[in-house]
Amino acid sequence: MTTTETAAPSRAAAPGEERRRTFRLARHSLALAGRSIRKTLRTPEQLLDVTLQPVMFVVVYVFLLGGAVAGSTGEYLQFLLPAIMVQTVLFGGMATGVNLNTDIKKGVFDRFRSLPIGRSAPLIGSVLGDLIRYVLAEAVLLGFGYALGFRAHTGIVPVLAACLLTVFLAFCVSWAFVLVGMLMREPGGVQGAAFVVLFPLTFGTSMVTPKDTLPGWLRAWVSVNPVNHAMEAARGLMLGGPVATGVVWTLVSGVVMLAVLAPLAVAAYRRRA
Amino acid sequence: MGPMYAFEAEGLVKRFGETTALNGISLSAPPGTVLGVLGPNGAGKTTAVRILATLLRPDAGRAAVAGVDVVRHPARVRRLIGLTGQYASVDEDLTGAENLVLIGRLLDLRSGEAKARAARLLADFGLAEAADRRASTYSGGMRRRLDLAASLVGRPEVIFLDEPTTGLDPAKREDVWAIVRRLVADGVTVLLTTQYLEEADALADAISVVDHGRVIAHGTAAELKRVVGGQTVLVRPADPARLAEAAAIAAAVAGRPAEPAGRDATTVPVDDAAAFTEIVRRLDAAGLAVTELSLRLPSLDEVFFTLTGHRTGQERAA
Repeated sequence: MTTTETAAPSRAAAPGEERRRTFRLARHSLALAGRSIRKTLRTPEQLLDVTLQPVMFVVVYVFLLGGAVAGSTGEYLQFLLPAIMVQTVLFGGMATGVNLNTDIKKGVFDRFRSLPIGRSAPLIGSVLGDLIRYVLAEAVLLGFGYALGFRAHTGIVPVLAACLLTVFLAFCVSWAFVLVGMLMREPGGVQGAAFVVLFPLTFGTSMVTPKDTLPGWLRAWVSVNPVNHAMEAARGLMLGGPVATGVVWTLVSGVVMLAVLAPLAVAAYRRRA
Repeated sequence: MGPMYAFEAEGLVKRFGETTALNGISLSAPPGTVLGVLGPNGAGKTTAVRILATLLRPDAGRAAVAGVDVVRHPARVRRLIGLTGQYASVDEDLTGAENLVLIGRLLDLRSGEAKARAARLLADFGLAEAADRRASTYSGGMRRRLDLAASLVGRPEVIFLDEPTTGLDPAKREDVWAIVRRLVADGVTVLLTTQYLEEADALADAISVVDHGRVIAHGTAAELKRVVGGQTVLVRPADPARLAEAAAIAAAVAGRPAEPAGRDATTVPVDDAAAFTEIVRRLDAAGLAVTELSLRLPSLDEVFFTLTGHRTGQERAA
């Protein structure tokens, strides 16, 4: 499957045309994802939000709230860590929107737009390339958690499944940041607007405190919030307990978000001159 | 059976809110030629280029590259063109080589082909030594050259160069000019926007002068110079008290009124070098010593003044 077709502009649409085109979109997106990864690795300061920041959150939550919520920091770490994995990867996705906005402002995307590639390729490339940030974030978080005394009660496969599930959700939600990145004029505005999206999603959950301590209206939101379901699923997968509802909710809501947000983001990108 | 024009824009109109950026502009060039689009900032040059390069849709009018409509078949047009924007749009976090290889990959070259093409272009543009350095460490001139190289990866038939030398010093500008000449020698058609008559004169087969989103004059450099006075004579008398006398001599020879240039010099447009010689002769006969006497191309501002009766609102030191 590695035959490279040389561009023949005048060629009429052959039967295999549609498949060849999808193939090209995938290839172009991957080339652009490679660009994103290179850029990320070369500007380590851009990785603070997926390395230092999650560590700080863990420290703050565990030592400030641990005693009050769970009676001990050790117990609380077990409760918190699977859930905060979700917060970390979702926060990490904001950078995708900010970087895309910067690229467009700098004119780098004008070049891509003048090339015969799919309109969505630069966006897909950025989102795919940023997956590396999520993987790094989860590795840092698990490593730090283990150092503090966190222990998974299940096994390597369920833990990996929890990681995959949370990365999948982050991938879907990151299209919201792409959309915001297309709509905002300034990179700073992207950050601000992205927080407005993120806040109810990540904090309207049982991440830092059990759901049954919350007031009724908040509990109602928590039980439909897909991010909360992902956190519950991660807890189940890492500590044991029910996982089916959480996993299904996460997958279904992720696919729905993807189906709605990705086309909107691409449309916004097309409209942006 | 090739189309008559390598690119052709007809009656393009583009509005941004209340502003009319293009007001019926028409531009075209036969294959293998350079069209110079000369105009001040805000004349609509960049907007016209962006429409031809499929980055913007016109509100009215039509545009085609190699006979292919840019609105109906943008993907096909993108296979035929290269674009170098006003501000070099290279990726600063990537090296020069990586920038070009990425574009090669996006143009469906195999990995090996893309690398070979990048190496070749970097060598051609004097960037071989800097190939593995990040573009953020490049000087302004190097960035422009990398940007130009990037627009050539796909061997385009038509290249749009939007003010490729703005902000470059004269020596770097000559480098870019040499590149443009080489492209044309290879059969590429070029649309070059510029604010400098000198640049259009040096490179273009035909020049369209644009103002407020439309073409106000079109012709070869020679034709244009005939309209605006091909060259300008500047006389700076040694004794400032004799300025009026010098101006009168220059005006009498040129058959046009002389204009003051600063406090102690005068300029007048002339049709040919013979007029210059005659001015020199008469100044000498009058025993009028000068500290400066020169013959130069009119500035864009002077061209504009002649064609429209208004200034561009921007003066560039000659």
